[in-house]
Amino acid sequence: MDMKATQKKMSLKDRYRHLTRGLDWETTYQPMDVVFPYDKYEGIKVHDWDKWEDPFRLTMDAYWKYQAEKERKLYAILDSFNQSNGHLNVTDARYINAIKIFFTAVPQVEYMAHRGFSIAGRQFRGVGPRVACQMQAIDEIRHAQTQIHTASNYNKYYNGINAFVHQYPRMWYQSVGKSFIDDAITGGPFEWMVAIGFSFEYVLTNLVFVPFVSGAAYNGDVGTMTFGFSAQSDEARHMTLGLECIKFMLEQDPDNLPIVQGWIDKWTWRGTRFLSLIGAMMDYMLPKRVMSWREAWDIYFEQNGGALFRDLARYGIKVPDCVAQAAEAKEHVSHQLWAALYQWNFGTMFHTWIPSPEELDWLSAKYPDTFDKYYRPRWEMWAQMEKEGKRYVNAGGLGANCQVCQFPMIFTEPGDPTKLCHRQTVYKKEKYHFCSDHCQHIFENEPEKYIQSWLPVNQMLQGNMGGGGLEEFFKWVHLRPGIDNMGFEGSEDQRNFAQWRGMATTNS
Amino acid sequence: MSIVFIAFQANEETRPIVDAIVADNPAATVQHSPGLVKIDAEGCLTVKRASIEERIGRPYDLQELNVNLITISGHLDEDDDEFTLAWKD
Amino acid sequence: MQIDLRTVEIKPLRQTFDHLAERFGDKPATRYQEGTYDIQQTWLYHYRPTWEPDLEIFDERRTRIRMKDWYDFKDPRQYYYGAYTIARAKQQEAADSAFAFAVENGMVEALPERSRELMLQFLVPARHAEWGANMNNMFMSAYGYGTAFEAACNYAAMDRLGIAQQISRIGLALGGEEALHAAKELWLRGASWQPLRRYLEDSFVVKDWFELFVAQNLVLDGLLYPFLYRHLRTLISADGNAFHGLATKFMSDWDSEATRWVDAIVKTAVAESAENKLLVSEWAFDYFGRGTEALAALAVAAFGSDAEAVVGVITDELKARLQKLGIWEGE
Repeated sequence: MDMKATQKKMSLKDRYRHLTRGLDWETTYQPMDVVFPYDKYEGIKVHDWDKWEDPFRLTMDAYWKYQAEKERKLYAILDSFNQSNGHLNVTDARYINAIKIFFTAVPQVEYMAHRGFSIAGRQFRGVGPRVACQMQAIDEIRHAQTQIHTASNYNKYYNGINAFVHQYPRMWYQSVGKSFIDDAITGGPFEWMVAIGFSFEYVLTNLVFVPFVSGAAYNGDVGTMTFGFSAQSDEARHMTLGLECIKFMLEQDPDNLPIVQGWIDKWTWRGTRFLSLIGAMMDYMLPKRVMSWREAWDIYFEQNGGALFRDLARYGIKVPDCVAQAAEAKEHVSHQLWAALYQWNFGTMFHTWIPSPEELDWLSAKYPDTFDKYYRPRWEMWAQMEKEGKRYVNAGGLGANCQVCQFPMIFTEPGDPTKLCHRQTVYKKEKYHFCSDHCQHIFENEPEKYIQSWLPVNQMLQGNMGGGGLEEFFKWVHLRPGIDNMGFEGSEDQRNFAQWRGMATTNS
Repeated sequence: MSIVFIAFQANEETRPIVDAIVADNPAATVQHSPGLVKIDAEGCLTVKRASIEERIGRPYDLQELNVNLITISGHLDEDDDEFTLAWKD
Repeated sequence: MQIDLRTVEIKPLRQTFDHLAERFGDKPATRYQEGTYDIQQTWLYHYRPTWEPDLEIFDERRTRIRMKDWYDFKDPRQYYYGAYTIARAKQQEAADSAFAFAVENGMVEALPERSRELMLQFLVPARHAEWGANMNNMFMSAYGYGTAFEAACNYAAMDRLGIAQQISRIGLALGGEEALHAAKELWLRGASWQPLRRYLEDSFVVKDWFELFVAQNLVLDGLLYPFLYRHLRTLISADGNAFHGLATKFMSDWDSEATRWVDAIVKTAVAESAENKLLVSEWAFDYFGRGTEALAALAVAAFGSDAEAVVGVITDELKARLQKLGIWEGE
């Protein structure tokens, strides 16, 4: 017999209510507004916190039980993957570069999510959202740690992951992810929930954890598949929390609508830009591909996000304007980003390569309207240059960073994929640059926030990245030029993988 | 009508769960990808405790779904007997 | 093609990540080390928080304690998430079977009236105190500096929610929903609970996370846990019923484990500098006084004429503990 028998009379909903709601109280020795100082300044009006609906009703006993089960499974698989040199079972050592990008950025972003939810888990005065945020806070540190634990074994055998702590704030392209999450955590608790709980978890993380992780499985990476799907099982709770929070705000007061709409617009675009990196990983870095970035976008953004926005229409929520541009960009961003990573490869901690002829054909088939017309010729030209020993390197540097998303100016004009998109504005006599209209609008809504951005290009020019020269930069950023980066062909990773796999398949 | 979905890790534990869902939601479609199985349905999808119990021959707590769940879409309503995803439009 | 790769002896290029090699040398790191050290960023924040524009996202100035290395606040239990949840799942399972055993064997019905009343009046309202402890530990997780300290606080916060829920289950077993309502009424208006409620509400507005750690995890828990789970238990067991002991097993086990962590943190802060030692001593002294008042109000109501002796034993033990930690002078 277990506890359940004794509690059978009470339903899940009632049980949860008793064990969670009602724990809190209105303070009288200290004013509530001093105890909870941060849940009003953003302008969101809440009249009745008890109207919050808890979608997943996990009490701590169940939480520990199921999470422990997940962890036992995960670490058992990871241990066996490591002990049996499972990394040699991946399709091709090129694949490992995709997870280098993942491991050097995502755990740090997950950690920030943990801290952001700790803040929300203390600062919401309603007990429902507070408990849900607390569980998400502890889940997010789980994600950071399981990712680092998976990375640990790869780090022993491959280059480029070893300095992830040093590189997260230093590496130029990492400022895209870092500025995204720093932007969210410096907002108030409600904006945080829209940014991470809703826009990122509900609308966008499926793109990271479902098709990409399925791709890892397809490429024999059992370690990444395991932590990826295991993390995503928590995301189901997180997505539900994000959606609930949106509904709660909209149902509490009609004045909340314009504020929430503004945040949805902002964070859908911020997230879309950030995830372009996953697009390049899916289309160019997986030796075996489950689906293209565009196909994943169709299913998980357009179809699923479309259903969501149709549902929210009854509250007056509109599909963000940026979705139209994103729909056009899905045909382009992965190609533009991989080209950027290729030409500025000397400043990254992973290898790049030119797609093989078969891969070019796959891209043509997946992107019939754009690839042959705009991107294949460039890859063929660069392939020719490599053959002649003149690999293309953009030594001229990165140009300017977008003041908001912090990508260099690599994305093209809506309606004209041959022209780089570049916007600028003047604020308090200073000129600021943007990659798109949407990033410019985000800036114009909160200029005092975004003028603080720490932009890699500017910092480099000012000598704040090690000193000014390229050599000093490499040292400062913990990069070993030519070992950690540049062409995969001839790299230490390639040699080692081939040798180790050879040892496993022959008797010599 | 919008699509709701639920996806699980593809393993021995989830097979009877997927079977139960398919039996209870005849209009649902199942897609297999490496490592995962995703079930789509128009508008609404219900996971029933009784149907899972029938297939595994032991009592089942719907919160056990958490262990192998990968993702969901739609508004969730969960009680002791059913786990339902639905869009309200 | 699946190859048997286990047979291959290959030499790793390195044993661990650069930041761990810098701290511990290039040798395989533990999962605790990998999941903890230097994970919180320490510089280059793009934007100032809109909720606290004078400080950075993570800022050492949120406490008056100073440390050269914030990772000296390591957890003696070496909990990373996996180790933590697995440990708690085991404890919960044991606690569940103890609780179920008590309930199924009619211990609730057999509880003498006096014991039942003692539990309803002095244990069940403590669910709110646990919720307060949850809030305070979330605060430390949110604003504390360094992953080593704050992650352990997030775990502690979840522990306190779990304990609040375990106490609620006891309340439901003793008297259903009514018992929980009555307990809340006591918490909000019962004279013997007011000093404790005041202590907690005052702690909710403390901004220094280390001060809060002293107020909550060192002093208040150091007073309340022996009261609820030792002295109250002894009083109730005197009636020959083991329900309290079986139903609160989780709490006593948890307390002895958590105390090791709390003491390790305090000891580390105090050993760092004379300034830290002075600060922590002042905080401990201040909260000791207020906490004792809160404890006394409860003890008088529960123990009557024995209250003085009970409070004396509990405060002496805490004083001895503080003395050992180097933050209590004199007797």
